[in-house]
Amino acid sequence: MTTIASRTGRAGTLTGPVRPGLRRSQRRRLLTALVMLTPALLGLGLFFGYPLVASVFYSFTRYNLLSEPEWIGLRNYQYLFTQDPKVWTAAANTLWFVVILVPIRLLTSLGVAALLVRARQASGFWRTAFYLPALVPPVASVVAFVFLFNPGTGPVNAILHALGIRGPLWFSDPNLAKPSLVLLGIWVMGDVMIIFLAALLDVPRDQYEAAELDGANAFQRGRYVTFPNIIPVLIFAGVTGVIAALQYFTEAAVASAVASGKASVGDAAGAVAGYPDDSLLTYTQWIYVRGFSNFQLGYASALAVLLFVVAAVFLALLLRRVKAFTPEEAQS
Amino acid sequence: MTTVVPRMMGTASATRFRRPSGRVVGWVAEHTLLAVLLVLFVAPIVFVLLTSLMTVNQTLTASIWPNPFTAQNYLDAFAKVPLARWFANSALYAVLATLFMLASSIPAAYALARLRFRGANLIFLAVVVAMLLPPQITAVPIYVMWAKLGFTGTLLPLILPNLLGDAFSIFLLRQFFLTIPREYSDAARMDGASEWGVLTRVILPMARPGIAAAGLFMFFNSWNDYYGPLLYTSENEQWWPVSYGLATFRGSHSTNWGLTMAITVLVMVPVVLIFFFAQRVFVEGITLSGVKG
Repeated sequence: MTTIASRTGRAGTLTGPVRPGLRRSQRRRLLTALVMLTPALLGLGLFFGYPLVASVFYSFTRYNLLSEPEWIGLRNYQYLFTQDPKVWTAAANTLWFVVILVPIRLLTSLGVAALLVRARQASGFWRTAFYLPALVPPVASVVAFVFLFNPGTGPVNAILHALGIRGPLWFSDPNLAKPSLVLLGIWVMGDVMIIFLAALLDVPRDQYEAAELDGANAFQRGRYVTFPNIIPVLIFAGVTGVIAALQYFTEAAVASAVASGKASVGDAAGAVAGYPDDSLLTYTQWIYVRGFSNFQLGYASALAVLLFVVAAVFLALLLRRVKAFTPEEAQS
Repeated sequence: MTTVVPRMMGTASATRFRRPSGRVVGWVAEHTLLAVLLVLFVAPIVFVLLTSLMTVNQTLTASIWPNPFTAQNYLDAFAKVPLARWFANSALYAVLATLFMLASSIPAAYALARLRFRGANLIFLAVVVAMLLPPQITAVPIYVMWAKLGFTGTLLPLILPNLLGDAFSIFLLRQFFLTIPREYSDAARMDGASEWGVLTRVILPMARPGIAAAGLFMFFNSWNDYYGPLLYTSENEQWWPVSYGLATFRGSHSTNWGLTMAITVLVMVPVVLIFFFAQRVFVEGITLSGVKG
C-alpha cells in the first residue's frame, strides 16, 4: 500500500499541476485515476518504454550477458547492412509473408464472410464451423499441417496418389514450405472472418434497397454500398495483418522444427531455424537465433531496432486511420 | 446484430417474391459452395483424430482409416511423455496470467474510459502502441532484466508482468466500458459512491461479458504461447507448457505420428471446450476489438 501511494505522488506530476480552483471531489477523482493507473503505468514503463530505449542503447554495444555491454558505435549496423549472411534472406521471407499471406487471408476471409452473411439458416453453425480452426493452438495446427502434408504417410499426398498425382514434398521443399504455411493461414482465417462478418452485417440494409431501386446490379451494389461501408474494417484487418506478418515466428519456427525432425531445444534451434534451406527463416527468427541461440544481444538489438523502424511506419498508418485507436471518444 | 437480422430477412423475402427462380438457384449454389468449404475446413481435424486412433504400424503406412481403432496413443501420451506436467504448467501460466491481468487491467481500463484527467490521451496512445508493436523489438532488454533477477528458466517472466497490466486487455476492457451508458455511473456518483464504488458496484456487473472476453483472450493467448516459453523455459524441461512441449517433443519421436496426433488432440481439447461454453462472449469480444468504437 505504501509503495502505491508514493508511486502515485510521482505519477501525479505526469498530469501537470493541479489547479488550485479544482474542487476537492475532482481532485480526489484525479488521485483515484492515478491509483487505478499506477500498475499499468509501471508496466508500460518497465516492459515497454524502458526496453524500447534500452534496445537502441544495446544496438550500439557488444553484449553477451556474461560481461558488461561494450560500446562499439555503429559496427552492429555496419555488419547488418553489409556482412550478415542471412539477414536479407530472412527479411525477404518476412516480406513474402507480408505481400502474399496477408492479402490471401484477407480475400478468403472476406469471401467466406460474404457467403455466411447470405446463409440465413443455421447461421450460428456455419459461423462456428469456419471460426473453429482459428481457435486451435497455433503449435497444434502447425504440427497437424506438417503431418497432413508429410510426403511419406500424410493423407494429402495419399489422396493425390489415389488421383494419380505424385505429391510434392510440401514442408520439406524450399519452394513449397511458405505456400504450405499459406494453406495453414487460410485454414485459421476465422479471426479475420468474424470481424468482416460483423462489418458486413452492420451495413445499413436501406442503402442496398435504395441502390436496388436505382437499378444498381450486384457488382455496383458491392462497389458503391458494401465497399465504402466496410473500408475502415478492411484497413484495420489489413494493417494489423501486416503487423502480425512482420512478427511471423511461431508457425515458421514450429514447421521447421517438426518437418526437419529435429528438436528445437537450445543450440538446435539455430541449426533447424529456416528448414528447409532457410526458406522459412523469418526476420524475427533471425533475431531469436542471433540473440538467444548465439547470445549476440547487441547485434540482436540492432536487428530489433530495424524491425521497429519498419513496424512504426505501419503503426502510424493504423493510428491515423482506425477510429478505435484514437482516444477522443474517452472525452465524451 | 440482433436488430440487423430480422430486417435482413424481411429484405430477403421481398426479393424472393420478385425473382423466385433466381433466388433458389443462388441459394443452392451458395450452400453447395459452403458445404464444400466446410468439408475442406473440417478435414484436417478429422484426419488428425483418425491418425491419433491408429496403431504405430499403421501410421507408418499411407492409410487413412484406422484398422483397428486403438486408444493406445492416448495412454502413451501420458505414460511416455510428461504430458501431465506440461498441462499443469500451461494451466498455472494461463490461470495466473489471467487473474493477474484482470486485477491490474480492469482499474486501468476504467480510468482510461471514464475519468477525465490531463495525460489520459497520452497514456491511451502508449497502451495502443505497446499492444501493436512486435514483442521481439523489446525482447532483449526484458530478457536481460529477468536474467539478472535469476528468473530465466521459469515461467515467472511470462506470468509476473501481468500484475502490471496487459496492453491488449486494457484496450479491450476500455472499449467495453465505453459502451456502458454514462448515466449509470453518474447516478451512482450522485448517491455518493466513490470511483471505486462506481467501478465495483456499477461497471463490473454491467461489463461482465467484456471482462469474460478479456479473460478468455488472455487465457487462450497464454495457453497458446510458444515464443515466451521458448525464450524463457527452453533450457529447463521442468517448466515446459504444452504448446512448447508439443513442438519440441516431436523432434525426439520423429516417426510416431499417432502419438503426436494424440497429443495434438489433447492440446486442442481444453481450448475448444472453453470456446463452446463461452462462444457468444468470445465472438462479441473479437468483434469489439476490431470494429466497434
